[in-house]
Amino acid sequence: MLTTKVEGKNRKHKVRLYAISTCGWCKRTKQHLNDLDVEYEYIDIDLCSREDRQEITKDILSRKGPLAYPTVIVDGKILLTGPSKEELREVLEL
Amino acid sequence: MTSLEQVRERAENDAKTYGYYLTPDKELLQDLLEGLQKNEIRYGYPSCPCRLASGKIEYDRDIICPCDYRDPDIEEHGFCYCALYVRKDVRDGKKPIKPIPERRPKEKQMNAYKDSPETKTQENTIESNPSTPKMKLYYCRQCGYVCFREEPPYICPICKAKKEMFAEVTAPT
Ligand code: SF4
Repeated sequence: MLTTKVEGKNRKHKVRLYAISTCGWCKRTKQHLNDLDVEYEYIDIDLCSREDRQEITKDILSRKGPLAYPTVIVDGKILLTGPSKEELREVLEL
Repeated sequence: MTSLEQVRERAENDAKTYGYYLTPDKELLQDLLEGLQKNEIRYGYPSCPCRLASGKIEYDRDIICPCDYRDPDIEEHGFCYCALYVRKDVRDGKKPIKPIPERRPKEKQMNAYKDSPETKTQENTIESNPSTPKMKLYYCRQCGYVCFREEPPYICPICKAKKEMFAEVTAPT
């Protein structure tokens, strides 16, 4: 899977972001995470193969999330759809 | 190739005819216009920048910008799913822009996961797929506009009559 790692000082939680490369809101979420200096990985699903897309769908649906982007998964447990900077700050305890 | 300026102009003109505005958030606007341009280059049509497209027009027709969901979303929330198009009160900052729920039915969304652009197999052609949309001819009883779609548009693009003004075109008896 085409996963991009972004370094950051805040590594308390494992953060994974499912995004779309053309989506302005996804870009904003990446920006929020960068601003908060969070270490995270992201996957632009529109650039993924069919198999990877299916895997991502399964992952999101198994967590009862809507198939909407940006989707942030924290520690493999908490799913946030289109979170604001404040929400991210709260969940990531920053 | 469609220039960014053309993409912007197209969106501006469309907004004007419906009485909408483009988002006042300059950065978001730029990102969305670039997204539309990128989709037009890679798929051949400007599909919604914030939604996953299948790359097959048969499945993506409803999310070609302006998508089928824009008008009901603007009516309910004041802006479309991407917030590219907004209503006057939103443009004037009287109502904040925040993520809204996806109105597009899940079965339609799933097509983008079943088929990605690079996988086109003989067994799985659009024709043999049971989820292929059924298209019909509709006309606007107010202005005569005719379209070939799954459902009539929410608002007539020509005279702006409501969906209820549309009727199916049937062969004369
Ligand atoms: S949600 Fe907005 S930007 Fe996206 S396709 Fe619909 S009208 Fe266009």
